[in-house]
Amino acid sequence: MDSISLTVNGVPREARDVRPHTTLLNWLRDQGLTGCKEGCAEGECGACAVLLARPTEEGGTRLEAVNACLVLLPALNGQEVVTSEGLGEPGHLHPVQRELAYRGGSQCGYCTPGFVVSMAAEYYREDRPAQEFDIHALSGNLCRCTGYRPIADAANALGGVAEGDAFAQRREQPAPTPQATHLTTPSGEFYRPTTLAEALDLLAAHPEALPLAGGTDWGVDVNIRHSRAPITIAIDGLPELRTLTWRENEVEIGAALSLSEIERRLAGRVPLLEELFPLFASRLIRNSATLGGNLGTGSPIGDSPPALLALDARVVLASAAGEREVPLADYFTGYRQTQRRPDELIRAVRLPLPLAPVTGFYKIAKRRFDDISSVAVAVALDLDGDVVRSVRIGLGGVAATPLRAYATEAALTGQPWNERTVREAARVLRGEGTPLDDHRASAAYRAAMLEQTLLKFYFEKTAQEVIL
Amino acid sequence: MRGNTATSLHERPPVGAVGEPLPHESAELHVTGHALYTDDLGVRLQNVLHAWPLQAPHAHARVTRLNVAPALTVPGVVRVLTADDVPGLNDAGVKHDEPLFPTEVMYHGHAVCWVLAESSEAARLGALAIEVEYEPLPALLTIGEAIAAESFQGAQSTLRRGDVTLGFEQAAHIFEGEFEIGGQEHFYLETNAALAHVDEYGQVFVQSSTQHPTETQEIVAHVLGRASNEVTVQCLRMGGGFGGKEMQPHGYAAIAALGSVLTGRPVRLRLNRTQDLTLTGKRHPFHARWKVGFDEGGRLLALQATLTSDGGWSLDLSEPVMARALCHIDNAYYIPHVEVHGRIGKTNKTSQTAFRGFGGPQGMAVIEDLLGRCAPLLGLEAHELRRRNFYQPGEATPYGQPVRHAERLEDVWSTLLRTSDFEARQEEVRAFNAAHPHLKRGLAITPVKFGISFNFTSYNQAGALVHVYKDGSVLINHGGTEMGQGLHSKMLQVAATALGVPLSCVRLAPTRTDKVPNTSATAASSGADLNGGAIKDACEQIKLRLADVAAGSLGALAATKVGALGVHPEDVRFENGRVFPVGHPELGMDFRQVVHDAYHLRTQLWAAGYYRTPGLHWDRNAMQGEPFKYFAYGASVSEVEVDGFTGAYRLRRVDILHDVGDSLSPLIDLGQVEGGFVQGAGWLTLEELRWDTGNGPHRGRLATQAASTYKLPSFSEMPEVFNVALLERAAESGVVYGSKAVGEPPLMLAFSVREALRQAAAAFGQGGHETYLPSPATPEAVFWTLDAARQTAARPEVAAD
Repeated sequence: MDSISLTVNGVPREARDVRPHTTLLNWLRDQGLTGCKEGCAEGECGACAVLLARPTEEGGTRLEAVNACLVLLPALNGQEVVTSEGLGEPGHLHPVQRELAYRGGSQCGYCTPGFVVSMAAEYYREDRPAQEFDIHALSGNLCRCTGYRPIADAANALGGVAEGDAFAQRREQPAPTPQATHLTTPSGEFYRPTTLAEALDLLAAHPEALPLAGGTDWGVDVNIRHSRAPITIAIDGLPELRTLTWRENEVEIGAALSLSEIERRLAGRVPLLEELFPLFASRLIRNSATLGGNLGTGSPIGDSPPALLALDARVVLASAAGEREVPLADYFTGYRQTQRRPDELIRAVRLPLPLAPVTGFYKIAKRRFDDISSVAVAVALDLDGDVVRSVRIGLGGVAATPLRAYATEAALTGQPWNERTVREAARVLRGEGTPLDDHRASAAYRAAMLEQTLLKFYFEKTAQEVIL
Repeated sequence: MRGNTATSLHERPPVGAVGEPLPHESAELHVTGHALYTDDLGVRLQNVLHAWPLQAPHAHARVTRLNVAPALTVPGVVRVLTADDVPGLNDAGVKHDEPLFPTEVMYHGHAVCWVLAESSEAARLGALAIEVEYEPLPALLTIGEAIAAESFQGAQSTLRRGDVTLGFEQAAHIFEGEFEIGGQEHFYLETNAALAHVDEYGQVFVQSSTQHPTETQEIVAHVLGRASNEVTVQCLRMGGGFGGKEMQPHGYAAIAALGSVLTGRPVRLRLNRTQDLTLTGKRHPFHARWKVGFDEGGRLLALQATLTSDGGWSLDLSEPVMARALCHIDNAYYIPHVEVHGRIGKTNKTSQTAFRGFGGPQGMAVIEDLLGRCAPLLGLEAHELRRRNFYQPGEATPYGQPVRHAERLEDVWSTLLRTSDFEARQEEVRAFNAAHPHLKRGLAITPVKFGISFNFTSYNQAGALVHVYKDGSVLINHGGTEMGQGLHSKMLQVAATALGVPLSCVRLAPTRTDKVPNTSATAASSGADLNGGAIKDACEQIKLRLADVAAGSLGALAATKVGALGVHPEDVRFENGRVFPVGHPELGMDFRQVVHDAYHLRTQLWAAGYYRTPGLHWDRNAMQGEPFKYFAYGASVSEVEVDGFTGAYRLRRVDILHDVGDSLSPLIDLGQVEGGFVQGAGWLTLEELRWDTGNGPHRGRLATQAASTYKLPSFSEMPEVFNVALLERAAESGVVYGSKAVGEPPLMLAFSVREALRQAAAAFGQGGHETYLPSPATPEAVFWTLDAARQTAARPEVAAD
């Protein structure tokens, strides 16, 4: 097959002559839906945001905003998309559009359709209190003109969803399910298997294939570095990769759950991850990005590895031959290299229970929302009285791989948790890793931040300074 | 103009659309995704070719071999454009130093040639297939390298007043220093784009995302070797410009036009973000070395400085940018003795260009940085030092322009100190800082005085074309472009007000060079002043003719109703779509009826309007004259909180009071003030352009060439409390409806953020020291600054090190 079908703004469409690397953004624009804009093509600006209809745990539909520039069109076979054009029209504006338009929320207007979509997603969030708007929903949208105040005002002016709202009613109906897909085109093949076994067999047969989950990293490669994969296997819909299970001694998180789903399902029960989520890229990215993807790329500056290292996470690798479990601390083997064999998929991440009682996550970046870490540090501390029973520290951005700060951990373990030992340990931490100078930060600053974050953890988490 | 019907330029009628807080005229199109931008039009055309550049991987090199033949074997590739294809001038600039197809690569990423293909993917693959060889040459990357090599371009200029030697002799305190301030990427959300086609007469039509359609037209014409009347340039709207589309779009429009002429097919050229970042110019980085003298009371006596800008590989607008920097080094302060030298470095980087403020911010940065650093050395609070040096009425700038309305500086300042509760908050900040070893707050206030008009006097003119159709509807054209600043909204309001009709009766047609010729760039904040003047002129002409017609009809009507003998044309009033004798609105006629009558009486119902700013003169060699029509004033107060562990900070509160004259459109002006401020804060705190300055194989490569590496302000940088007010009773005489320009001045309100960060960083130390803060003040820069301050204090936890 070389075509897929999908529904756009309520109208079924057939997409013919689809290439495995055609992005939803480019296809929508070719269809004349030019409200979807390219601002960066790497999921940083949100000008291309669209709504996808996705299933809720209760069998209804959630309208989630994603970056259309990072979504590959073949991955949307049978799916449902809403763009800014589908929300309202001139003269018949959607409430979100009306508030933005009449409060001065648009100047040049180029980022505006993307803001409309991100705002609409938050407007329809099923657990949103009627008079509240979580501004983090807009953390992945950039505006160069307004300075954001009128956009924030528009968001805060939105009340509850009106009776009879068509999109609210749409939420009550089931969402489309993942459709088995196999495209064969001159520029490559695209598969969407529907079971893990099928996916693993494919992978065993094609070890060169690219497993694709949220696509927030691969989409950037496709757009910016023009990478092309001969065979792409979409795994984000596999039910075996989408479970979250609490057991007595561990919590197992499916590798293909989006970060937003994990955040919702954990509901604050893993405080270290709760600190991580708002700092992990943007809502637009978290709606697609997965833990499996963040670990699968092996990037030294992914935001989840330091936190997962501090949590002593284990990675479950599955292949046609069976499963094995690898401690995350041993999983990274080199720059963007891991223990995962080409025929394996990351099925899940397991966090041992009980969790360490005191944890902290520190992301050092230029910008508070939606930036890439220059350094990330996660700390999980267990005290026996005032003596350190155990401590685990995960680091990102200071070496070719994410790493555990073993020397610092050793310097602290069994010692009294006080300013003197923490300062000594912080100096040890300063020397861990081999930080580099680059456009994000100097090596000296990275090293200094290792030291400073442990001090920050000590003063802010365990020795509260007096706040007036 | 004659009679009362045509009012003076600034006078505002009692009723009219100007001054109404209306949303952007395209707001409904923006929010629904229906607003079209240049590249959106390409999607709607059949048979379009896509253009893709071959970018050189060297900062400086000679092209020794170029074989495009292999590209033509790539499926979908139709043609490769090279220098040999240019029928006219191989030049994309106005200084004749920017070859469209270079034989010498002048910066990393310089486009050597362009591939045209059926898809952008095919064009990209075509570019990869081209065989090209280079002979690398030595490259200069930084201002420091340019200064050391004495690599300068264009004219050097000196701004002089008084005798600095004498000033320093009289000074009680003399300080010297250096300062470097980084550039800024425009990062308009819509990258550069052009779409060209050729009609059946061979006329070239180019849609371009350009702030300067006339210059785009001229460049396209000279590249094609044609006259201007064979090329039409249209700009529907831009997805942001900020100065980045004043000169930069010309070459891309020329490539599209050339491709279209040679292939007979429409050609679409849209830079992707990386191409836009690596190909186009940015705000000029500046270096300054200065020496300043103060008297006992902290009053400025003498300033001697050398400013060096990094102009990049070609001259572009670097000379006028430097002129504006020199003309704003005084900001709001009277300095009796001044000698400031300006020169433009030539480096192997993108050709730096216009960016909101146009050198003004860099000039102002020098004095604001200097005052922030010297205040503790003088034993004064920074805000007190600033206030002591304000221009007083009757004083003139170093370039000889009287500072009209200088009293507004003190008015704005004292009002803002009061409304922002400055003194009480200073106490709160002190108390907070005393109680928090690891968190410090800073509070600062800074002023802005910004000159309005193009320094280049000839640009201070504009045209408009206003049509009234037989049914009474109105269509306006003007020479300005819409980039989000709300110019079109304001022009609709001006036309509706001038003709006395409801806003709904007026429509605006896209900016096109065949409607209004010889236009100036929409730049220098002057769009509304100039084009508003031209539109009002056109409307007044039409109204005068209509008044003659109406006087007759109304006279007859008045005679029957109230027994009057007649109505003089000067006594006819136009308001809200009604036309009536002054004092007798009940005797009105519908505007449409008057128009209908006028047509049948064979009256011309359209007019070309024209405006030139009066009273300007500028001697650019002597750097003396009165280049500005007036000054815009403002001030801002910022409060920040800095984390002593990381240098990360929050912008807790911002209060702004800004002078926009009598606002034409308050919602739009408010948006300009807020947006300008946040953009300025981005430049000063966050946005960092980094080039590879090492000697490796990537020397000269822009390291921050994507949104993931070049960070502009997001929601997290918005002030947590943001109070913006427009100065009241500020009508500006001699400007359209008493308004003032607003595009650029608010950007410089952001200096208060930088100064607040300096205060907060200094609070980690003992005080009384100079606090040097690099720019941009990223968390890393703030960390090193506060760490240095911490070293000056003998805190136990530091002593433990």
